[in-house]
Amino acid sequence: MSLSVVPAHWLQGGLSAADEEGFQAPGIESFWWPLIGSDTSNWTLTRPAFVVMASVVIIGFFFLAVAGKLTVVPSKRQWVAEQAYGFVRNTIARDVIGAKDFRPFVPLLMTLFTLILFNNVMGILPFVQFPSMSRIAFPIVLTLIVYVVYHTVGLRRKHGVVGYLKSLVPPGLPVWLRPIMFFLEFLTYFIIRPLTLALRLFGNMLAGHLMLLVFILGGEYLLVHGSNLFVQASGILGLAFGIVMTFFELLVQFLQAFIFTLLSALYISDAVSEEH
Amino acid sequence: MNTAVVAEITGEITYLGYGLAAIGPGIGVGLIFAAYINGVARQPEARGMLQTIAFTGMALTEALAILGLVFVFVFQG
Repeated sequence: MSLSVVPAHWLQGGLSAADEEGFQAPGIESFWWPLIGSDTSNWTLTRPAFVVMASVVIIGFFFLAVAGKLTVVPSKRQWVAEQAYGFVRNTIARDVIGAKDFRPFVPLLMTLFTLILFNNVMGILPFVQFPSMSRIAFPIVLTLIVYVVYHTVGLRRKHGVVGYLKSLVPPGLPVWLRPIMFFLEFLTYFIIRPLTLALRLFGNMLAGHLMLLVFILGGEYLLVHGSNLFVQASGILGLAFGIVMTFFELLVQFLQAFIFTLLSALYISDAVSEEH
Repeated sequence: MNTAVVAEITGEITYLGYGLAAIGPGIGVGLIFAAYINGVARQPEARGMLQTIAFTGMALTEALAILGLVFVFVFQG
């Protein structure tokens, strides 16, 4: 496994090619990783996939270890786990879904929140420094789970396919408006919601990582290859701003994990609620 | 008549397009948080409820900007 932080095409082409042609702006190629294992065998991995699997193991062990020895006076680790659980359970699940129905969905929301948060923070953790969610496959799978869950809940709560489709149209509308409203709501429930849920997480992580690459690689290039003192000084400025942006990224990463979980809870609450 | 090229810019036009497309969602997100701050200032105890609404609204508005970002890469020539 390659532990290097730089992406595949640099390793293959070497850094000397970039030196000769001047500054190579980071682009979508910066997100391509070499395969671990061969593509002819039965398994291959990329580094993001490895990070996601490692995160599942780490989060699982952490919560199992904490849950194994709960005390009335919490240790530091128990406090962290309790804060995370309390946040998801009370602020997201109970407030959005409602006190009556939220309990079955807490495990799902808790898993989504911790997994996304952990993988997002990997984007600025030294030596990993790659948010796995900036590869579209991971958000798509998470969204698919949420998609199946909220439609299943909706179909069960609203007595089958016909009842579910009927419930899409809010009651009390004039007859001529109902087909239009049905079309819009159908589009929202089945296409726009999953699309935006996946793309939001993906886009934020991609844009954030790209921004950090621009500031840090650009700053490094100006500092090392700059022709005079003024250019080199602006390189230092770029690097310093890269550090500021790293902390901004931490905020965005937390916010995206929160928003993904919040919107999942919101969609589930729409499916659970009786009236609409 | 000969045309002389005075200045030339090369690069992806889609990046420029995304910059323009991000103006609208930017204003929208600004309006949402302005309303949220207003609401909390008027009624601090409603903070928890308003926070959820504000972030939901922000997520929906931001989706437009994110779609724009994806189209940058889709339509790249």
